Amino acid sequence: MTAITDMPDLPRAARRPQIGNPVLRWLRTNLFSSIPNGILTVVLLAVLAKGVISFVQWGIANAVWFAPANDSSACKAVRGLGACWAIIPEKYRFILFGTYPFDEQWRPALSVVLFIALFFLSTRRALWRRELAYLWIGALALISVLMWGGVFGLSFVSQDRWGGLPVTLILATFGLAFGFPLGILVALGRRSKLPAIRSLSVLYVELIRGVPLVSLLFMASVMFPLFMPSGFNIDKLLRAQIAIILFAGAYLAEVIRGGLQAVPRGQYEAADALGLSYWRKHRLVVLPQAIRHVIPPLVNTFIAFFKDTSLVLIIGIFDLLTTAKTAIIDPAWQQFSVEVYIFVAAIYFVFCFAMSRYSRGLEAQSASR
Amino acid sequence: MTSDDPRPPPRRSFFGALGPNELKGLFWQVLVVGIAVAVIVFLWSNTVTNLSARRITTGFAFLGREAGMPIADSLLAYSPRDSYLWAFVVGIANTLRVAVIGIVLATILGTLIGISRLSANWLLSRLAAVYVEVLRDIPLLLQLLFWYVLMQALPAARAAWRPVDGIFLSNRGLILPAIPVGSPQLWVLGTAALGLAAFLLIRRWLIAQQMRDGKPRPAWPFAVGLILALPTAVSVALRVSWTIEWPQLRGFNFVGGLTLAPEYFALLIALVTYTSAFIAEIVRSGIQSVPRGQWDAASALGLRRSFMLRQIILPQALRVIVPPMTSQYLNLTKNSSLAVAIGYQDVVSIANTTLNQTGQAIEAISLIMAVFLTISLGISFFMNWYNARIALAER
Repeated sequence: MTAITDMPDLPRAARRPQIGNPVLRWLRTNLFSSIPNGILTVVLLAVLAKGVISFVQWGIANAVWFAPANDSSACKAVRGLGACWAIIPEKYRFILFGTYPFDEQWRPALSVVLFIALFFLSTRRALWRRELAYLWIGALALISVLMWGGVFGLSFVSQDRWGGLPVTLILATFGLAFGFPLGILVALGRRSKLPAIRSLSVLYVELIRGVPLVSLLFMASVMFPLFMPSGFNIDKLLRAQIAIILFAGAYLAEVIRGGLQAVPRGQYEAADALGLSYWRKHRLVVLPQAIRHVIPPLVNTFIAFFKDTSLVLIIGIFDLLTTAKTAIIDPAWQQFSVEVYIFVAAIYFVFCFAMSRYSRGLEAQSASR
Repeated sequence: MTSDDPRPPPRRSFFGALGPNELKGLFWQVLVVGIAVAVIVFLWSNTVTNLSARRITTGFAFLGREAGMPIADSLLAYSPRDSYLWAFVVGIANTLRVAVIGIVLATILGTLIGISRLSANWLLSRLAAVYVEVLRDIPLLLQLLFWYVLMQALPAARAAWRPVDGIFLSNRGLILPAIPVGSPQLWVLGTAALGLAAFLLIRRWLIAQQMRDGKPRPAWPFAVGLILALPTAVSVALRVSWTIEWPQLRGFNFVGGLTLAPEYFALLIALVTYTSAFIAEIVRSGIQSVPRGQWDAASALGLRRSFMLRQIILPQALRVIVPPMTSQYLNLTKNSSLAVAIGYQDVVSIANTTLNQTGQAIEAISLIMAVFLTISLGISFFMNWYNARIALAER
């Protein structure tokens, strides 16, 4: 337990006077403060160096970056010694957009750009106004037009040809856009004084949170057709989307409930004293405060949820992870799945890391206030 | 209302004592419950019609039929001739095998990483931070597929890696030396478990005694006697052998030892590393939540570091740590259902195969849900009990 006994914020027995070369001083306080610490640093450096060197050898020095189309012989020659990044230029269109018609792939690409612009604008606090909601509705409508087509001279592309990154973004965005109001309703229901509404909300949250998402997706893909009147058939993607909305609603409800609990009683009483109705009280007074309290955990739920959309692979929906897995079925490139997984992991990482940085920033902001 | 209430009794109208607010409440409840019931009746009647149209009989009778599916890796004895019911039991055992071992390993690894993040050693704390960031921001299913691909890319059994003598890593999985446990060994282990239980009772009594008169009474002699000496004596008396079985390569496969199949091993690695990143953050915030003054006060009293950590810091940190840790344990257990993606036969995978073989979708999926609800409730029950035990006793 040496690591814990010299935690940085613990009082030091004696502070050394601040003299000498600043670099040496930094090294001494941060890497070589004691003999065991020095040994630890050296061991870690050795391990790190070995790891970095072998990664550079595999990933850069011995790697094959480009290869002629459909020809993986150069990659096979360095198999085991170097990475085959050539598979990425070969397959990236399929990984990003799945089986969407090749010539029309600018449409999903533009949709992805629109999604990212929307997310980016939504993080600006100055823009948190009513207009942002209209912007969202407009942009999502535009994305639907781009993806489906069939109007404005765009050819129609049916949902079963969609794939890759746009599908991941659609599942996540619509899951949140519908799961969020659902979560608010359920959270309010769980705190309601009316016993029937309260117990229904508790039952819903506990049932959904108690089972794995996989089982909900199975339910959507296998049982949903049984639930519907015969002849009524809805698309697999939409069924998965419904399961994801129900799942998100339950998790978001619990986060929002925490926020509702943090709103002081006096606020409810003040709203009552003004004679506001239940819905106006919550819409104007309680919810804005409650949601502000829980923005960081909300963003964390968004991250978890964004990653969890990848589970639709199990019921065979072509999201980003499924297209990646399908891309390496090609016998010529079968052996280079690690490279493809690293590429896709990097895409997921960029989205999630951006969100987690943002949540960290918000936390710092609310702490400083 | 008491009987000597001076006010006149409320006027009894059609709705009794209901005021406008109660009426409104009643209206909303009737509305919501009505909608819920209508939706359920709608779905139910559709389902009944659809099932009869497809000539699928409902009910759990199929559980008695012969399953006929192979299960490659199982703790319990199983053959394809066994019933679906037994296949489910085997699947539940496999789920629990991943979940229990995963929880233990993830807790250990996560605690180590969480403490490393707080280390004064800059390099160590940076590396721990990178570990946490990277693992948390990549979907678990992607990590699972990645590990599984790596497992399959390992050399064949004949060229297996041997990092340490007796341990083999190949595309057959991880093979470890093991001590075969039969009934004589179980007797000894049982004695040790009984000894541990007795020791805990005795220690409790000793602490109660100390509370009364303040005299410290050492508990360690009882520990040595009951947990070490007694089982050793039983082992010697019964001449139980504890020889280690070393795995050996014969022909194309390994003989002896303990084999962790590639599917199981990949699932375990993915669950443990992924969950440990979350546990590390929980442990870190728990330790940081202990006010600095506690460290200062303890060192001013001249306490030893280990004593300070055990008696002062950890009990306070645990109060912050335990509730979020419970959700992580539940997450790990639920995430073990991703096994279906790489073909490790946990309860979800077996239910899925059953569903495809028999068409009993409703029954198979409700079995999955029932199993996970039971496990979830069990874990949260235990953790809530533990949480209540360690919670701050406020006046």
